Amino acid sequence: MWSRQRGRLKPLCCGVEELRCRRREREAALRKARREQQLVSKRLLRDEALEEAEEGCVAMIFGEAEIQQFLQLAQRGTEEKEREGALVSLRRGLQRPETQQTFIRLEGSIRTLVGLLTSNQALLQLEAARCLHELSHSEQSAVVEACLPATSYLLTYLSGHSSDFIELCLYTLGNLIVESEAVRRQLLPQGIVPALAACIQSPHLTVLEALGYALSQLLQAKEAPEKIIPSVLGSTLPQHMLQLLQPGPKLNLGVAVEFAWCLHYIICSQVNNALLITQGALSTLGLLLLDLAGAVQRTEDAGLELFLLQKQPSLLPEGLWLLNNLTANSPSFCTSLLSLDLIEPLLHLLSVSNVVSVLVLTVLCNVAEKGPAYCQRLWPGPLLSSLLDTLAFSDTEVVGQSLELLQLLFLYQPGAAQAFLQQSGLQALQRHEEVAQLQDRVHALQQTALHG
Amino acid sequence: MQLPPALHARLAGAPGSAEPLPVERDPAARTAPFRFAPRPVRFPREHDFFEEGDVQRHLYLQDVLMQVGGAPERPRVPEFTCQVAGCCQVFDALEDYEHHYHTLHRNVCSFCKRAFPSGHLLDTHILEWHDSLFQILAERQDMYQCLVEGCTEKFRTSRDRKEHLVMRHLYPADFRFDKPRKSRGPVMPGAAEQVLAEALGDDGVPSEGDAMEVCSEHVEPPPVPAGERRAYSHRIPSTICFGQGASRGFKRAKKRNKHQ
Repeated sequence: MWSRQRGRLKPLCCGVEELRCRRREREAALRKARREQQLVSKRLLRDEALEEAEEGCVAMIFGEAEIQQFLQLAQRGTEEKEREGALVSLRRGLQRPETQQTFIRLEGSIRTLVGLLTSNQALLQLEAARCLHELSHSEQSAVVEACLPATSYLLTYLSGHSSDFIELCLYTLGNLIVESEAVRRQLLPQGIVPALAACIQSPHLTVLEALGYALSQLLQAKEAPEKIIPSVLGSTLPQHMLQLLQPGPKLNLGVAVEFAWCLHYIICSQVNNALLITQGALSTLGLLLLDLAGAVQRTEDAGLELFLLQKQPSLLPEGLWLLNNLTANSPSFCTSLLSLDLIEPLLHLLSVSNVVSVLVLTVLCNVAEKGPAYCQRLWPGPLLSSLLDTLAFSDTEVVGQSLELLQLLFLYQPGAAQAFLQQSGLQALQRHEEVAQLQDRVHALQQTALHG
Repeated sequence: MQLPPALHARLAGAPGSAEPLPVERDPAARTAPFRFAPRPVRFPREHDFFEEGDVQRHLYLQDVLMQVGGAPERPRVPEFTCQVAGCCQVFDALEDYEHHYHTLHRNVCSFCKRAFPSGHLLDTHILEWHDSLFQILAERQDMYQCLVEGCTEKFRTSRDRKEHLVMRHLYPADFRFDKPRKSRGPVMPGAAEQVLAEALGDDGVPSEGDAMEVCSEHVEPPPVPAGERRAYSHRIPSTICFGQGASRGFKRAKKRNKHQ
């Protein structure tokens, strides 16, 4: 029925450079959309094998008369293959926005499609569902909202057993959900949360990934913190999600990605994170992170991890953010950081970017501010020379954080100020003497270094 | 950053984490002009901090990140027939058969052979249609359970339940999986029934009514002119519901009698 799209290589039909260019454009568009709070992306599930079979037939634009014909044939055709074929043709046509528009404007068309969706002919059902799926993927609200009469049935089918069909319903629902608040206002009272909670017990990975997608769209909604997340937290969904994120041989990456995003949306909405913690979120996620990091380590040579992480710049800030929150108020975490020799790897990250440098320095400050016992363990070592390097940065936030760390070291570690002087620290400070946000601290440090 | 094996072991539960070092702060540490104070940071979801991650997420959704696609051929098998008694649908792909089976044969009422999309609806159906104890209890208390999972409301009549489904859960008034059980025999066409019957008629239900009794490969009866079809539809009890079991033979005759 559905060929799994992921994990198979397709021969590239255009050059690598063109791909890169397209990707850059897409990224820029997404950033812009995010700033405008218009981030809407949908998943289109198309059977690649079917597409290849139909190759050479470009999706045509159908007019009213043709659509009507297809619908009548689908409803009342005498041969089952004929009825199915009519829907297949319709579905291909619905890949075109013009056909979609014509379809929704045609009276009774959706009603007929819903009728076919709930018919007793399994393959007609499936084709009707595929038609709906095409419509759900549209970028035009009117087309998507025309699918609303089908939602109660899509939800009902989630309790069924045909995994391919359920997967299709879930992706369709996910697309509908992300489209507009009007859609969600209907789906919530129709019981989408309990339906998903029942469906998440499916053993099928494809179903689970689709469910994760639909749920992530629901949780990403603007009104989610008030209207959606509380009921999700009150359901059995969180515990199942965490179960699906357990590291181990059963972990499926596609599934885990979806539910990780679900958890992200829930957690950063700050609705009831305490509940998640009692359900073991911290340990599950911590262990998962370790597992993934370990996988990276195992598959590459030692020196290359850093290079890999540098290719994924988005990982570093988040990892360091985590470290900050772990070490801020926890002497034991700070102690662990020291005893497990993580300081030096942290220092290596200081040259990656300004954002990363500030985070690294903040973590180091978290450790240093706990007092002499901690600073002692930071000394001697590469820390001083790293700090002298960061003082050469021009970014005021990086320099400012370096100054804070220096102050702590001077205060708690005897000999630090001396060593600083000996390594031309004063010159390093000088270049920031006139900078407004820095000058007070620069002068204070100069005084301390010179006069103790 | 690379993870030293010691860290991995420690955090994964190895014993012997060291006592934390003693904390000893000097009040001079936080005096002006220095202002550092450790604190956990929380970012609200719209924060720029998450921009990179969100962009990556959406690229992933749009399938740009992974140049994947192009599947091997759908596995074809030698043609085989559905093994359920009375069904002679033929298949050449396992996935097609899976869907067919689950749609038509999986949740089938053993009393009346109707098929349902889920076990939940089947259970409800059996209870409300075929359980005489239910009927007795229903005379005295609210027995009709709301169909939406998670909703615990119960109602005195199926009509009340339907109203609840429409008003509270925004279900369509002609939701197919909620047909009230009526006594056998021709149904008086009221306005609502007319709409319903027409809707059913638009699906070609008359022909599917017969498909219930015979395997779906048989040719359906030739389409009747519109006027006649409508009359035919009226005679189908409104108890017709989603899907039909697939049993064949003499039941067809019985069904025909009902229609007269």
